[in-house]
Amino acid sequence: MAAPLTLLLIVAVTIRAVLFRSSLAELIPERVEVVSPLNAWKRVVEGLALLDLGVSPYAGDVFHETPLIIYFFHFVIDYAEIVFMVMTRLVGCVFLLQFRKQKYALEAERYPLDCLELIRTPKEMYYIPLKVAMFYLLNPFTILSCVAKSTCGLNNAVIALFILCTVKGSSLMSAIFLALATYQSIYPLTLFAPALLYLLQRLYIPVNWQRSSFWLFTTQYTFMYLGSLCVMVCLSFFLLSSWDFLSSVYGFILSVPDLTPNIGLFWYFFAEMFEHFRLFFICVFQINVFFYTIPLSIKLKEHPIFLIFMQIAIISIFKSYPTVGDIALYMAFLPAWNHLYRFLRNIFLVSVVLLACSALFPVLWHLWIYAGSANSNFYYAITLLFNVAQILLVSDYFYAYLRREHHLTHGLYLKRKDGSEATLVLK
Amino acid sequence: MQNLDSRPAPYAKDQTQEAAEEERQWEATEVKEADHVPDTMQTPDVPPPTPAKDQFQEELVIRPLHSGDIYASFQFRTMWDTDFLRGSKVSHYRLFPKSLGQVISKFSVRELHISFTQGYWRTMQWGQPFLPSPPGAELWVWFQDTVTDVDGAWKELTNVLSGIFCASLNFIDSTNTVQPSASFKPLGLGNVTDQRFLRYAVLPREIVCTENLTPWKKLLPCGSKVPVCLMFDALMKVASSQSFRLSYNTSEICHNSYCKSTVWELRQTLNVVFDLHTSGQGKREWSLFKMFSRTLTEACPLASSSKVYVDGELFELSPTTPLLSQAVVLGDRRTYSVYDLTNQATFGQTRSLNMLLRWRAAESGDMLRPLLHGERYVAGYGLQTGEIHTLMYNNHPYRAFPVLLLDTVPWYLRLYIHTLTVTSKGRDNKPSYIHYQPSKDRLRPHLLEMLVQLPPNSVTEVTMQFERALLKWTEYTPDPNHGFYVGSSVISALVPSVVAMDTNSTRECPLFSSFFPCKEESSYFMRVYTEPLLVNLPTPDFSMPYNVICLTCTVVAVGYGSLYNLLTRTFQVEEPSPGLAKRLANIIRRLRGVPLL
Repeated sequence: MAAPLTLLLIVAVTIRAVLFRSSLAELIPERVEVVSPLNAWKRVVEGLALLDLGVSPYAGDVFHETPLIIYFFHFVIDYAEIVFMVMTRLVGCVFLLQFRKQKYALEAERYPLDCLELIRTPKEMYYIPLKVAMFYLLNPFTILSCVAKSTCGLNNAVIALFILCTVKGSSLMSAIFLALATYQSIYPLTLFAPALLYLLQRLYIPVNWQRSSFWLFTTQYTFMYLGSLCVMVCLSFFLLSSWDFLSSVYGFILSVPDLTPNIGLFWYFFAEMFEHFRLFFICVFQINVFFYTIPLSIKLKEHPIFLIFMQIAIISIFKSYPTVGDIALYMAFLPAWNHLYRFLRNIFLVSVVLLACSALFPVLWHLWIYAGSANSNFYYAITLLFNVAQILLVSDYFYAYLRREHHLTHGLYLKRKDGSEATLVLK
Repeated sequence: MQNLDSRPAPYAKDQTQEAAEEERQWEATEVKEADHVPDTMQTPDVPPPTPAKDQFQEELVIRPLHSGDIYASFQFRTMWDTDFLRGSKVSHYRLFPKSLGQVISKFSVRELHISFTQGYWRTMQWGQPFLPSPPGAELWVWFQDTVTDVDGAWKELTNVLSGIFCASLNFIDSTNTVQPSASFKPLGLGNVTDQRFLRYAVLPREIVCTENLTPWKKLLPCGSKVPVCLMFDALMKVASSQSFRLSYNTSEICHNSYCKSTVWELRQTLNVVFDLHTSGQGKREWSLFKMFSRTLTEACPLASSSKVYVDGELFELSPTTPLLSQAVVLGDRRTYSVYDLTNQATFGQTRSLNMLLRWRAAESGDMLRPLLHGERYVAGYGLQTGEIHTLMYNNHPYRAFPVLLLDTVPWYLRLYIHTLTVTSKGRDNKPSYIHYQPSKDRLRPHLLEMLVQLPPNSVTEVTMQFERALLKWTEYTPDPNHGFYVGSSVISALVPSVVAMDTNSTRECPLFSSFFPCKEESSYFMRVYTEPLLVNLPTPDFSMPYNVICLTCTVVAVGYGSLYNLLTRTFQVEEPSPGLAKRLANIIRRLRGVPLL
């Protein structure tokens, strides 16, 4: 395992180093698909420059990072490229480590015999961690995000560490990393439920409202999480002696005042929104991100790792300022479910649409902004298509997962009452 | 309708009658005030007060420029020894316009400067103007330190002034108002320089037209009855003016050099540059009649001094005048021929004055190059980013001097201060003082003030990158593809002078030489405005709000729908649906409680 991993790391580092030194290193940080007003490197540098001038970075509307990022980069600003490469390495290794642990043993005994082919063999599973690491490190989206020095890489690293700690079972570290991820951008709050479910499952505490052990653990985890969050917020206050950062960071994420185009759905919608309905639709769109937590948790309470994947995917698609770095995070999980391949229905369509849209984004941007021969509708259309493709991908995997579960409990080859081959539908 | 032929003699009689009436009126008013406010007014049997403590001066300066254009500058000054802000309310206005006086007392204004400009002053071809101003409308006000809510007072003041001057000053709001910390120090009396009481705003898009000339004329004591003002009618017909500028400056200044008492001064100026070449003349001669379609026939009767200055060093003037005056303006000592309109002899036998100027021989002379000059432009391509370049030229051969650069950039051009570079002669020139206030979206603009030392005989370039924002569709103007205007930069400097400046500002020196107070002989204060910028922003499609809302909500609904299906439904084996007869039979069987077919 070590040798292929080392090879993979060397290849990934080489690609990034080559790109850092080439002329693309000036072009990529300007691309709106790769950076957003929340995590652009140019804005981090601007915030630090404002701090040097004696003006608070939050006095203007350019800097929207949390104060801890200021102080982190204050010290490592000269080594920024190295920092970002290290972050991606970290994520890769973390993914590797966590997928070692799988529930193979737990699954084997419970299912009818004809499902053996659905169960994954140890041999298959041996290579899954490496594949996950490869999917993340060699994904062009990740490479672009790293070369652009977008702080999305840091967010991904924190989320990956959180998943690692959850899978390892250490609830304190898991709560701390989750609090850090929530502190950076609000949306990882939805990952609280799957983390809780996984830890409960690991400790063999059933999810039962009447059981006191359930409540005990839940309150314990909640306090650890809220406590770390409070500590971080208070630390940020003391670093700059003002609460300005709350409206600049969280107010900015939630109220979407900046309408810079990106690959998400918010910018054009709110550029063309009637003033009267603006607040209403902001609330609707923000609730849309958080609202799937409870139904998904109920449906997937036995499968918290898949729930984490679903939540991360929903956040990446519906958040207010998405970038390709967020997409790379959930795409890295896909090799972990390559046993679902036989149940996927739209994978060809989805992959082709994603490829085509990724190629069309820069073309239509150039036509709108530089050539002047297209207008904003072209870019917006590709945005819509890209998001539809992502939604289709996620729901396809969800369908395949549920279907596999159904087969595991009812058998793989189903027959109807009269003996002929049956078809399964959702009813 | 203007009265074209005004007869001097009966008018003079009317004037004495009017003056007598006014004096009587004044008395009557004083007695009335005595009834209301007995403790501050004197008793009724005291003789009438000393003659009016206000005076009015008017002058016209005509200066031909080296490019063949003519620069005509009308200046009117009203001075009044009164106190708007302390003591009793002023209610009897004579020469000082009542509308402005009421504005000053209501809003506790210490200084008020407004200018409306159409066209751009070409410094390199025309030299320095007497009173520079940026294209569009500019307004800056110093409030008294007794004002508690300066923002509220500013908002009300801009709306009131917009009504008085028939201009869209009501578009001035917090998104284009700044508080400069160093650039706009008070020009009149006052040593309190807390920038909280200063507000500066500029509207580069404001168009100036003859509609703004009418309220300007109304504020003059002689109104529209006197020929100097009749010339304005001709201006309305002159479509070929290259630059046209109206300004009002009100401030409280010292009465004399000892500053024992203060007076309020209102200066109104009108500067026009005519391009007589294009009006088909060809020959290098001008006359008042050619420029204004009228001649001067008399002075304003209420004026204490009424003069016409002609810069005639290179020209033959007729009728000639024995009066000559030397004035040092902006480091340039020139000799002007003076026509005194209060002297009836000036008008001669025709009772009208029509000056004729003719070029002397073929010498074009050497124009004095302005020592300080500024230019600004936008670099870059595309609608995403850009760069603002400001160039400052120091044309002094051996002296370096510091300049203060003030930049106000609207919020939708997001400036990046870490990309600021200042270079002179190819080398980095670090500013010694930077005051930067970043913008807040939809609330306030960027403010950048820098003190830069300009090396002698050099060009200093200040560059800064910006990003263009996409605005909400309602925030665009009706013609969004025209672009958005960025107001001019202001460069203020104390320029070293080769000629000794005159530090005494007495009542007798010409008005056009005393705009900016001169504290020392070796330098003079100069303010230069750069060009405004026109920047294009990316636009959304304005015809599509409903479509966009529908399509985006469709995508969200696709997500919601697929997840809803997967969450609420379970997998079942599909049974083929039976025929119609069987289904009916099943219904009946279910009712009977019998097992189904």
